[in-house]
Amino acid sequence: MPTTRESWRAKEWTSSLRRIRSPWLLAILALLLPAVALFSMTVGTVSISFVDAWHAMAVSLSADSQAVTSQTQVILFDIRLPRVLLAMFVGSVLASTGAVMQGLFRNPLADPSLIGVSGGASVGASLVIVFATGLFGSSVVESGVLMGLSLVAAGAFLGGFVATILVYRLATSGIGTSVTTMLLAGIAIGALAGALNSLLSYFADNDMLRQISLWQMGNLSAASWSKVFIMALVSLILLLRFPADSAALNALLLGESEARHLGIDVQQVKRRLIVLTALGVGVSVALAGMVGFVGLVIPHVVRLLIGPDHRWLIPCSALAGAILLVIADSLARVVVLPAELPTGILTALLGAPFFIVLLLQQRREV
Amino acid sequence: MTLAAHNISLHLSGFDLLRNVSMQVQPGAVTAIVGPNGAGKSSLLRVLTGEMAPTAGEVIFNQRPLNDWPVQLKAQMLAVLPQHSLLNFPFTANEVVGLGRIPHQTGTNRDAEIIADALKLVDAQYLQRRFYTQMSGGEKQRVQLARVLAQIWLPCEHGEQFLVLDEPTSAFDLAHQQLTLDIVRQLASRGVGVVMVVHDLNLAARCADNLVVFNGGEVAAQGSPEQVLTEQLIDQVFGVKVTIARHPATNKPLIIS
Repeated sequence: MPTTRESWRAKEWTSSLRRIRSPWLLAILALLLPAVALFSMTVGTVSISFVDAWHAMAVSLSADSQAVTSQTQVILFDIRLPRVLLAMFVGSVLASTGAVMQGLFRNPLADPSLIGVSGGASVGASLVIVFATGLFGSSVVESGVLMGLSLVAAGAFLGGFVATILVYRLATSGIGTSVTTMLLAGIAIGALAGALNSLLSYFADNDMLRQISLWQMGNLSAASWSKVFIMALVSLILLLRFPADSAALNALLLGESEARHLGIDVQQVKRRLIVLTALGVGVSVALAGMVGFVGLVIPHVVRLLIGPDHRWLIPCSALAGAILLVIADSLARVVVLPAELPTGILTALLGAPFFIVLLLQQRREV
Repeated sequence: MTLAAHNISLHLSGFDLLRNVSMQVQPGAVTAIVGPNGAGKSSLLRVLTGEMAPTAGEVIFNQRPLNDWPVQLKAQMLAVLPQHSLLNFPFTANEVVGLGRIPHQTGTNRDAEIIADALKLVDAQYLQRRFYTQMSGGEKQRVQLARVLAQIWLPCEHGEQFLVLDEPTSAFDLAHQQLTLDIVRQLASRGVGVVMVVHDLNLAARCADNLVVFNGGEVAAQGSPEQVLTEQLIDQVFGVKVTIARHPATNKPLIIS
């Protein structure tokens, strides 16, 4: 009798091993990202072959680069490279903050926008578009004001920040921050932001309306080196800081009091992660508009492959998010040649069906 | 060096959940808390573990007020098994038990040994790589038990260790109930102070050195099971007429209803 019991048990655990080991997935993604980025450099209205791209890069790295500034080089270094890099950093920030928020809310369907930052940012951007355009004319609004950033970006960042503070305050009482209240407060603030946005759109003229809706679709086409540097800095801060809180996030999946019994200062961890997420998503949204689905789908898929251990989940999600956004942005440049689609449309178009398939699969398992 | 509640009262939204409760958990002994539903057993555990601050009174843990201990040091000495677990992410059993090693810096290899030993102790080594979300209720509870065991697996240099269990046997079959009691006794003989809420009075009588009977937020009686468990007390606290005999093998009180 015991032997049959043992063999039955043995069979059962081999059948539920995860598909990929975490270090392997990290290595695969780390190799895939440069390849995808290189490929993305060659894609666009003007198609540049790998050989030409490689040649142009080699030339510019050599000493006498000033002499040869061909059209190819201009396209590659002034337009495509910043755009690809911006896509990488925005993708990594959105996906890693998504993983963090899903852990913090103990909900695999949470999204970085849950803390109100995206809704607030879109109100901030619309406000600037409607009022500043009315006051100063569209040229001032779009041209550089702060470190090469537009007023719209600044408005978006401020709006996102204010909304996050509101949500956090609403959910924090004497006994700490309740994630359930925070979820509900995020929904409420999101609805309020939606209403304000509609109100602003109602008063906007045709030109402003187009600007607002384009901004909300998420767009990487206005990438510049100053944007890349800011985004790179934010991405670096987040990805260097998150590993220190990975174990705390793992413990939080057990529940908040369990995490406390494992020696984790839950309130401090929560506050730190919310501030970092607000910073990351706020800056991403300010620089690239609303790029949906990356923060929701990527951590979810990575978790299915390697499990919920945040020590691996966060870096793998960051890499996968970067890859997805680079691919989506490459497609955005070529699907409706000679025009371009906003990147946010592509991430939603790629992400949504994928997510539906996942949900159906999950339903079958339950 | 004890985990002790001194004159604890707890008022919450107009209700007196605990009134003037004093009790001690001794290292190397098993303390069982029994009482009818809503008597304040779980509230007392919350106060004893620092999850809730008492309205009045004080919890002293290893000669210091409980909240004076740095959280990580406290976690090295005090492990808590809740009644229900919220975990709904697909960790493997190995990973769940590994969470119990978070307060310690013993290194990956030593931790892996401890995780394997803890799972073996609760008869769950076959679950090592299975997903927590796909386990049965009893399997989940065994894995969680292994997690808190892993947390206090090695003695701590800063003070005595304590294990708090809230209805640890509620999801277990007879064999695993027995196993849990054996583990609890084993821990006590190693010097760990165990305090647990149980519903089965016979189980409490068999396992506990010290029995605390709760009723209406107050301690109705405490002492050794032999002293405490009388027909009169059970009628008074639970409203049930019982006969108390002696267990033929262990000679512990045996409640027959």
